[in-house]
Amino acid sequence: MKPYKFGFWLQAAVTLASCLFIAVPMAYSVLSGLMRNAFLGLRGGLTFQWVEQVLSLYWPTILLSIEIALLCLVATALIGIPAAYALARAPGRLARLAEEALILPVAVPGLATGLALVVAYDGWGDFRQSIWFILAGHVLFTLPFMVRAVLAVMASADLQTLEEGAASLGAGFARRFLGVVLPNCKNGILAGALSVVTLSMGEFNLTWILHTPLTKTLPVALADAYASMRLEIGSAYTLIFFIMTVPLLLALQRATKPRAGEKP
Amino acid sequence: MAPSRLRLAGLALPAVLVFLGFFVVPFGIFLHVGGQGAHGWAGYALALGDARHLQSLLATFILSVLVTLATLIVGGICGLFLGRHEFPGQGLLVSILTLPLAFPGVVVGFMIIMLGGRQGLVTQLSLALHGGRIVFAYSVWGLFLGYLYFSIPRVVLTMLAAARGLDAALEEAARSLGAKPFEIFRDITLPALRPALVSAAALTFATSMGAFGTAFTLATRVTVLPMMIYTDFTLTTDLSSVAALSLLLGLVSWAALFLARSLTGAGVAASG
Repeated sequence: MKPYKFGFWLQAAVTLASCLFIAVPMAYSVLSGLMRNAFLGLRGGLTFQWVEQVLSLYWPTILLSIEIALLCLVATALIGIPAAYALARAPGRLARLAEEALILPVAVPGLATGLALVVAYDGWGDFRQSIWFILAGHVLFTLPFMVRAVLAVMASADLQTLEEGAASLGAGFARRFLGVVLPNCKNGILAGALSVVTLSMGEFNLTWILHTPLTKTLPVALADAYASMRLEIGSAYTLIFFIMTVPLLLALQRATKPRAGEKP
Repeated sequence: MAPSRLRLAGLALPAVLVFLGFFVVPFGIFLHVGGQGAHGWAGYALALGDARHLQSLLATFILSVLVTLATLIVGGICGLFLGRHEFPGQGLLVSILTLPLAFPGVVVGFMIIMLGGRQGLVTQLSLALHGGRIVFAYSVWGLFLGYLYFSIPRVVLTMLAAARGLDAALEEAARSLGAKPFEIFRDITLPALRPALVSAAALTFATSMGAFGTAFTLATRVTVLPMMIYTDFTLTTDLSSVAALSLLLGLVSWAALFLARSLTGAGVAASG
């Protein structure tokens, strides 16, 4: 394989350039949020004033996003894990069709789904203006990720044999589900949960259409800040968003890392 | 010990209700309301024949195709390179490249402003180097780079998995038989990567067609279809064109993913 040829270095250069393309704006945005004056750059000195200002201006949106993400996690777990089990154990065409239908809310752009929801629930004043309306949209959009993550693990674990063993020892369905099925798809649930929370916290396209002035999530207010606030405020707000989501994304990368040699 | 059908149906019921109540029925109502405008059901035909809409559809389509091609090349190279070599820091590079996977479109747009906006890095550098001011964020190039930004992670992830599944013995055999590197790539590597390339292409294309947040933040003069739909929605009370274009957009995005899934296997998009 050695010595390394021209092609190797070209590939390495493209890879490195792509990494810079992704990372440099992130780094510059983080710095701008901490600089006294972004145009002066580091010469102007560093400050926490913008971060503090963002926290005092936008604290409710940060709380709301965390609240919705956690509610979304609970809802998708309660709804999605049983659904994944049903898909794993129901053989045949109906299950494949259901799986196909399940992906629809992710395949169709959030903007279109948001408009359909707003038009359909137009007359439902209280629900329309509550956080439950946004939660409904987020559950719809993140549910497929929970179901697919859990289903993938269930498909590789031999549930049937495990359950037969438990049943032969006299375990009823509830006992088997809680004591055998759930522990065996722990990793799938973890990966699904991380996806759901990260996606919910970052969801914009759908939420922008669904939100009202009283139900602004972080990404929605972030768009406002980009449009109407000075660059340093937008950057500081983005920094807070990174602090909230990047650790989750890194944990997700860990949880779903394909092991070497594993077929896709 | 197969669970009874009734029990399985019961377990799936909440998911089915969510799907019906917040997806199927709303789209049904949306479709119906769209047909109640000034022109009735003919409003759908009018909306799809409108020159402004067609222009936007065409622009979005061309942009999505170009972004898909560019990302397949760039992301494909990154994925192959990182999937086939082991070196210190490799994990870090993979992490960086897949990080924007769950960034909302607005943040991606802001990243492009950070690079090429009025106070962007490239702008400041160009000012310092030769006094010229290069602002590209709000042009079609800014839009293109933004779409590239959120597409790279999706393609890299798909290609990385595919590269790890490649059979090195095949390439070794070809090499020992005297095949040149380009021939090996064309005849062995590329065909093995075809399913991954198709699924990555569909994913990128579908995400690009439906992307809203990035275009929203960059407010480019090129009106992509989602922006056109949104503007129509805020400006008019006649929902026929909004419904028609939304349904068209949904159909195109879904069809691309469906086609890829039936050709290859997997593929789910996320926001852009």
